Amino acid sequence: MNALEILGLEKVYANGTHALHGINLQVAEGDFFALLGPNGAGKSTTIGIVSSLVKKTAGTIRVFGHDLTQNWFEARSLLGIVPQEINFSQFETSLEIILNQAGYYGLPRPLAMERAEKYLTQLGLWERRNDLSRTLSGGFKRRLMIARALVHEPKLLILDEPTAGVDVELRRSMWTFLRDMNRGGTTIVLTTHYLEEAESLCQHVAIIDHGRIIERTTIKELLATLPTETFVLDLDTVMESPPALPQYALRMRDRTTLEVDLARGQDMNDLFINLTHSNVRIRSMRNKSNRLEELFLSRVNRNPEPEKGNGQA
Amino acid sequence: MVRREVFKVAFATIVRKEVNRFVRIWPQTILPPAVSMALYFVIFGNLIGTRVGQMDGFSYIDFIAPGLIMMSVMNNAYANVVSSFFGAKFQHHVEEMLVAPIPNWVILAGYITGGVLRGLAVGVVVTAIAMCFTHLRVSSVLTIIAILLLTTVLFSLGGMVNAIYAKKFDDISIIPTFLLTPLIYLGGVFYSIDLLPPFWKAVSYANPIVYMVDAFRYGLLGTSHTHLGAAFAIITLFVIALGGYALTLLERGTGIKS
Ligand SMILES: Nc1ncnc2c1ncn2[C@@H]1O[C@H](COP(=O)(O)OP(=O)(O)OP(=O)(O)O)[C@@H](O)[C@H]1O
Ligand SMILES: [Mg+2]
Repeated sequence: MNALEILGLEKVYANGTHALHGINLQVAEGDFFALLGPNGAGKSTTIGIVSSLVKKTAGTIRVFGHDLTQNWFEARSLLGIVPQEINFSQFETSLEIILNQAGYYGLPRPLAMERAEKYLTQLGLWERRNDLSRTLSGGFKRRLMIARALVHEPKLLILDEPTAGVDVELRRSMWTFLRDMNRGGTTIVLTTHYLEEAESLCQHVAIIDHGRIIERTTIKELLATLPTETFVLDLDTVMESPPALPQYALRMRDRTTLEVDLARGQDMNDLFINLTHSNVRIRSMRNKSNRLEELFLSRVNRNPEPEKGNGQA
Repeated sequence: MVRREVFKVAFATIVRKEVNRFVRIWPQTILPPAVSMALYFVIFGNLIGTRVGQMDGFSYIDFIAPGLIMMSVMNNAYANVVSSFFGAKFQHHVEEMLVAPIPNWVILAGYITGGVLRGLAVGVVVTAIAMCFTHLRVSSVLTIIAILLLTTVLFSLGGMVNAIYAKKFDDISIIPTFLLTPLIYLGGVFYSIDLLPPFWKAVSYANPIVYMVDAFRYGLLGTSHTHLGAAFAIITLFVIALGGYALTLLERGTGIKS
C-alpha cells in the first residue's frame, strides 16, 4: 500500500507562476522519504497541496488510498503536517496549542491531555507547556510544531525543512526521534537542504526541480553517483586556468582558488603529488560546504532548463 | 472515529478557544463597551435626555436603553469574529484548522458561536449598567432572546466575511467605521423614526438595523414601528444569505488558500 500517491499534480498560482508541472510520486507505507530540491523547486507547494492549504490546479492525491478531494475526512485524519513556516497563535501556550490541535482531530479532552503530555515530554517541552508560544526560542518552536503534528498520531508525517535553523545537537536529537517514529511504523516524508540529513534518515529520495521530479531513487544509489567530496584549495600560485590534469575534475573559482571533485577511488596523496608536479603550491584546503547543492547543480546541468523545450502555451 | 463525534469535538474546541480569547483580553473586549455605555447613559440619558422629554411615550433614557444595548451587542459580535479570524489568518494558525479533518461549516459555526457569545456577554454587562440608570422592563422574553440570537449571528457572519476579504489590519476597521456605525446611528437607536419626514422614514425602512433595534425595543418596552413578523423574516433572510456567502468563500478558500 502506498502511504502517499501523487498523480499528475499541476499548480499555477494566481500570479501566473507555474510551480508544478505534473508531479508523480509514490511513497510506500513505512518508508522514510526525502523530497530534495533547490530553493523554489516546488517542495513546499507540493506539501501545501497535500495539506489542503494550497489549491491544486490539476491532479490526484491519495493518502493510504483515500482520495484527498473525495475522502478528505479519512485522508486528513491519517496525515500530520509540520509546515516550513512557524504558524502558531502567538497568544497561546504550548499546551493550549497542542490541546486545540487534538480537538480539531476529534480527540476527547482526557485523551488529548494524555497525548499532549506524552508528546510535549518526548520533545522536551513539558516544562515549558505554560509558556506562550512566542516566547519559545526557534528550536523549541520547531519542536512544538512536531509535537503538534503528532498529537493525533498520524500514519503519514510530512515535515517541510524541520531542522532549518536548528543547532547541531538539537538536529541530532530530532533525527533520533524521527528515526524512532519511523521504526514504530509511521511513514515519514521530509524536505531538507542538508544531504547529511537525508543520508542519515531516509531510504528513498526524489529530486524535484522547476516543478518536475527529475530523479526518484534510493539514497544509496544517489550517493553512489556523487563525487565523494568537493574540496576548495587556496593557492599560493596565481593561475589563469587549472593545471592540465585530465584525471581530475578541476575548476578555478578565481585566480588563487581551485576546486576539485574527488571521485571514488581517487585519493588525496595522488592529487597533491600531481599538483606539486604541476608547480601548484597549496596554502590551505577546506571542504566545499553543501554537497546537496553540488548534487543539484550536477543534475540540473544534465537536465537543461525544462521551461525552454516546452514552448509557451 | 465517527465523523459526527470528531466534528462535535472540533466545534467545541473552536468555541472554547474563541471564548478564552475574548475573556483573556477582557480590557479590550468587555471593558470598552461598558465604559462607553456608562457615558452614553450619563450624557444622553441623564443630561440631555431630561430636556428631550418623551419619545414614543417613554422617557428618553428608557427609549434609548434598548438601542444602546443592541448597538453594543452588534458591534461586539462583529468585532469578535473579524479580529479573531483575521488574526488567525495573519498569524497563519487558521492553517491548523484547514489541515484538520473538519469541514468549513464547522469552522464557520465555531467562529459564529464565539461571536454570539461575545455579543451576549457584552449584552449582559451593558444591561447591568443600564439598570444602574433606569428601570428596565421586560415585555416579551421570547422576542428578546430570538432577536438577540439572530442579530448576533448576523453580525458575526458579517465579521467573518470582512475577515475573509481583509488583507491588512486597516481592512478590518473600514466596514465598521464607514458602513456599520452609520447604519446603526441611523437605525433608530437615538430617535424614533416617527420623527423623520416621510421620505427619510421610507429610506430608514431599507436599513435592516432599524428592524433589529425596533424588534428588540419591542421585547423590552412592548412598542414598535415595524411589524415584528416582517422584522424576523428580514433578519432571517439576511442570516441565510450572508451565511451561505461566508460558507462559499470558505469553500473557495478565498483569502486563506493560495
Ligand atoms: N503563494 C504563492 N504565490 C505565487 N507563487 C508562489 C507562491 N508560493 C510559492 N510560489 C512560487 O512557486 C515556486 C515553488 O515554490 P515553493 O515554495 O514550493 O519552493 P520550495 O521548493 O519549497 O523552495 P524552498 O526550498 O525555498 O522552501 C516558486 O517559484 C515560488 O516563488
Ligand atoms: Mg519550501
